[in-house]
Amino acid sequence: MTATPSSARFVNVGERTNVTGSAKFKKLIMAGDYPAAVEVARQQVENGAQVIDVNMDEGLLDAVEAMTTYLKLIAAEPDIARVPVMIDSSKWEVIEAGLKCVSGKPIVNSISMKEGEAQFLEQARKCMTYGAAVVVMAFDETGQADTKERKVEICKRAYKLLTGIGFPPEDIIFDPNVFAVATGIEEHDRYALDFIEAVKEIREACPHVHFSGGLSNLSFSFRGNETVRRAMHSVFLYYAIPAGLDMAIVNAGQLDVYDQIDPVLREACEDVILMRREDATERLIELAESFKGQDKAAEKAAEEWRGWEVTKRLEHALVKGIDAYVVEDTEEARQAAADRGGRPIEVIEGPLMDGMNVVGDLFGSGKMFLPQVVKSARVMKKAVAHLIPFIEAEKEAGAKAKGRIIMATVKGDVHDIGKNIVGVVLQCNGYEVIDLGVMVPWSKILESANENDADIIGLSGLITPSLDEMVTVAEEMQRAKMNIPLLIGGATTSKVHTALRIDPAYEGPVIHVLDASRAVGVASQLLSDTQAEGFKSSVAIDYQKVREAREGKGQSDLLPLADARENAFKPAFADKAPAPVQPGLHVFGEWDLADLVETFDWTPFFRAWELAGTYPAILEDEVVGESARNLFADAKAMLEKIVSEKWLTAKGVCAFWPAHREGDDVLLEDGTRLPFLRQQFKKSRSRANFCLADFVDTQDDWLGGFAVGIHGIEPHLARFQAAHDDYSDILLKALADRFAEAFAERLHSHVRTTLWGYAPDEQFTNEALIREEYRGIRPAPGYPACPDHSLKPILFDLLKAQDNAGITLTESQAMLPTAAVSGFYFAHPESQYFGVARIGRDQLEDYAGRRGVELATAERWLRPNLD
Amino acid sequence: MSARETFLAEAAKRILITDGAFGTEIQNWKLAEADYAGNLGLSHEQKGNNDILALSKPEVPEAIHRAYFEAGADIAETNTFSANRISQADYGAEHLVREINVESARLARKVADEFQAKDGRPRFVAGAIGPTNKTLSLSPDVNDPGYREIDWDTLVDVYKEQAAALVEGGADFILIETVFDTLNAKAGIMAVKQLEAELGREVPIMLSMTLTDLSGRNLSGHTVEAFWHAVRHARPITIGLNCSFGATQLRPHVKTLSEIADTLIMIYPNAGLPNELGAYDEMPDTTAGFVGEWAVAGQVNVLGGCCGSTPDHIAAIARQVTGVAPRKVPSLEPVTRLAGLEPFIMAA
Repeated sequence: MTATPSSARFVNVGERTNVTGSAKFKKLIMAGDYPAAVEVARQQVENGAQVIDVNMDEGLLDAVEAMTTYLKLIAAEPDIARVPVMIDSSKWEVIEAGLKCVSGKPIVNSISMKEGEAQFLEQARKCMTYGAAVVVMAFDETGQADTKERKVEICKRAYKLLTGIGFPPEDIIFDPNVFAVATGIEEHDRYALDFIEAVKEIREACPHVHFSGGLSNLSFSFRGNETVRRAMHSVFLYYAIPAGLDMAIVNAGQLDVYDQIDPVLREACEDVILMRREDATERLIELAESFKGQDKAAEKAAEEWRGWEVTKRLEHALVKGIDAYVVEDTEEARQAAADRGGRPIEVIEGPLMDGMNVVGDLFGSGKMFLPQVVKSARVMKKAVAHLIPFIEAEKEAGAKAKGRIIMATVKGDVHDIGKNIVGVVLQCNGYEVIDLGVMVPWSKILESANENDADIIGLSGLITPSLDEMVTVAEEMQRAKMNIPLLIGGATTSKVHTALRIDPAYEGPVIHVLDASRAVGVASQLLSDTQAEGFKSSVAIDYQKVREAREGKGQSDLLPLADARENAFKPAFADKAPAPVQPGLHVFGEWDLADLVETFDWTPFFRAWELAGTYPAILEDEVVGESARNLFADAKAMLEKIVSEKWLTAKGVCAFWPAHREGDDVLLEDGTRLPFLRQQFKKSRSRANFCLADFVDTQDDWLGGFAVGIHGIEPHLARFQAAHDDYSDILLKALADRFAEAFAERLHSHVRTTLWGYAPDEQFTNEALIREEYRGIRPAPGYPACPDHSLKPILFDLLKAQDNAGITLTESQAMLPTAAVSGFYFAHPESQYFGVARIGRDQLEDYAGRRGVELATAERWLRPNLD
Repeated sequence: MSARETFLAEAAKRILITDGAFGTEIQNWKLAEADYAGNLGLSHEQKGNNDILALSKPEVPEAIHRAYFEAGADIAETNTFSANRISQADYGAEHLVREINVESARLARKVADEFQAKDGRPRFVAGAIGPTNKTLSLSPDVNDPGYREIDWDTLVDVYKEQAAALVEGGADFILIETVFDTLNAKAGIMAVKQLEAELGREVPIMLSMTLTDLSGRNLSGHTVEAFWHAVRHARPITIGLNCSFGATQLRPHVKTLSEIADTLIMIYPNAGLPNELGAYDEMPDTTAGFVGEWAVAGQVNVLGGCCGSTPDHIAAIARQVTGVAPRKVPSLEPVTRLAGLEPFIMAA
């Protein structure tokens, strides 16, 4: 999967275009072979570098000349020039010459206070007028910062000086110096730990800054022992990223997955980096000897299947999702192919695709389930990643995919679990998937489809505003006169919406895909020479029928708004909840994760993996039981790490406000007006036409609100992505969602028993909580009882949710972090959930007036409820 | 109040109007070589050197400024698109660069002040700086991609000479327009920053990019968002798009820019696309209808016209947006906005 997000939390800076770091690059530049040197940059970008570092500091080179020549040449290569450049030199004249050639917004690496404040500020001012971010080395007049105290002191001083001249703090990247550890010199023992602790402290003191570091110094004393160096780097990042390191000059392909490092080696590395024992260095040096050229296969071969021939082993690994030996097995297969004169691509086309076909067949026939398929995909990816350099070296065409599919979560939306699953399933079935990530604007989707000559575009989104954005994408595809199929998927999408809104906007085929298991069938029919036309026309006819059926329905079953109001729900206000015991705002900076695990509702977790059934019965299910049990075991194992190693932080806020009802609005004491929507469809017999405002009294009542979010997931996802591990990536996202839901549940219960305190004695089992047996509700903007997502900013302002719980909103009102829940608290014992469903023009106009927004704006936010 | 403050105050009240094309208006005067050349004693033919009219036939640009103010414009853009040392060299008039710019700015200032005195409504003069015909980012020789026709320091000097003269003649702002090469624009920004340091006061910058393909990139390959990241350090008073296409083609890119830029948005498109004869025939009400949609959608702060637009177009646009609320400038998160040809954001 090619992920090309336009924003990132951990940035890989390509380091191969650096004469001090790459002997090969240096040789090319010294020889004046610039065309070959340009190819090095291209490979960096293709391999995922998000920024490329260019350094020409070599004594025998005219660095100004080399820097400007090289920067001008890569400016002429659109697939390189699309990423920002890091102009890297210890000489200011080289940096300034580079700044005069770079047309985007680059990063200068680096400036420092080495020569005093005056020069430092002069160079910083110049960076501002050229328009560049800067790396600031922790270096002052007396030298390079080695201890934590010096790092912190120098960076704080630099921050103060820079912000003092108006330098934007977000454009400062500190490099607090990574030095070699385990050198045998006692003063060096603290270097790694000092770096990590300094980053943490500087981040607190200097808002908005970033941190960078060069990793290769760290393991300098283990030159020649790659196993140990890689382990040290991975362990270091594992601790430094959560502390705040968000950029590293590193070869991403040369990192190990933390969890997969030999446990003894990992512990020894941790001892050194975290300085956990006196004799840490000696122990690592001793251990390092045993990793020199050690044949790890010897002990592992004990397992029976390891004795099979290589193609069988690869198939076994793929079907079982075992990635421990896949690189060596792939290498063996590649060498075997080479020995008989074959090419590396044959390993993919032969044993690997055969294995994946077995996986595909098992999945298609319902004998394998999504979690296993995703694990298989992880194995496949690692094998392919190993082969790619060999394939490229031969310059042969890639394996012929069945088709190329562009996938994206649309602009404004951040949810991607479902999209990732679909992507994996398609890849397992031989399709090439280009995943553009989340929050992708239509222009990028179209551009990428054109550039890659895509066969299909697949869009995903979870929140209702994404439906509109999908229509925009369809309109723009039409405008661009495209005709490739457009697939629509995601929780709020539907066949009806697709038929009514998206299909008419685009003349090419538009198909709603209900879930991941259908994706392969749809894609294969669309790209089949014989079935495509029949399939497209049958879908088109089907959607035409949907439209006709909708037209036939007419508007007759809606009540005029006034009549619906007449039929409002009238609870007994004598029973309303008392005033909160603890009114005002309550902030929870770090809710205990272990406590939340107790409150998990596991059923939706299994549903996210398309395993149907209710927890815990699903674990014993005849069909999916085994798959569910394995998934559950993996989830539990990860949960334990999440909790014990504090991967995530649960932050939340809630508040209660004096309120009263005015028509369909709830008015807070501070004057905030919260307009709600009323059901307008005709009710049978005595059922009322509900509106959330009905649950609030016309005087002396209260309303609550809350927002909770799960933070800190990014560095872990970055680790998984670097290791091509979709399975852990999806698993962690799904668990983070569970934490958010559990937090909302747990906080609500705390509100009922303690903060608002209207039900101090309630006692429910987790099952009863999941069945919502308690008094009061917590409807969320964007959900059926309160469908207007745009109420969220009002709620967030009231809660100061960004300051208090670190949650922000995208332009489509999706919450960031993605695992987050927000809503209102209604405490009346008769309050209940309902769906507003379809509303009439009369209510739309009335609502726009009450919200104080343009009619068109209201129409946009409420489109799913119109028609 | 400084020009920046007055401008911001006016822009908070309503959508402001900038003027339209000069080229097509000058054609209507059917000028001959003698009109262009005047008594300047230049060796080259001057016909087509529109900018030199400030010296040889000032009544022409003056009348055009007047026509646009009468049509409802708030801003006059000086007739100095090519009044830089590089472009004037083609007419053998590079020694007149300072004079052309000073006089052009004076003319516009005079007419602007005259209208402001009449009704009290502030009028502004934007000193227009074109891109020159040289590019810092691209090689004119396909076989030598590292070659450049001009270097940064030279271009900064060229721009600074022009900007200094425009400010001397009374321009409120420097408008770096029709940016086809982002690096040229960055050199323009550097020139104005150097000028500010020399004058010891602020010279507000307006920036306007021109797209060369429908996917929304300029000639140097930058997307609209990448362009914004690359020039945001100028703290421009307006950012926007001009020329290239008609309003319909600019539509998606206006929307994008309006969402990401924390400054005023100024858009002045061509009057549609030229017909097969190279003439623009989009009617004033048609153009006004298109740009009016952006106004209603809350995406713009300043509107006007580029190639093919006339005082009638500007009057139609001014009528169309009367009473429509201007776009509210969003405030942006302090995240790191970098760019290659494409934007790259480092989250906080």
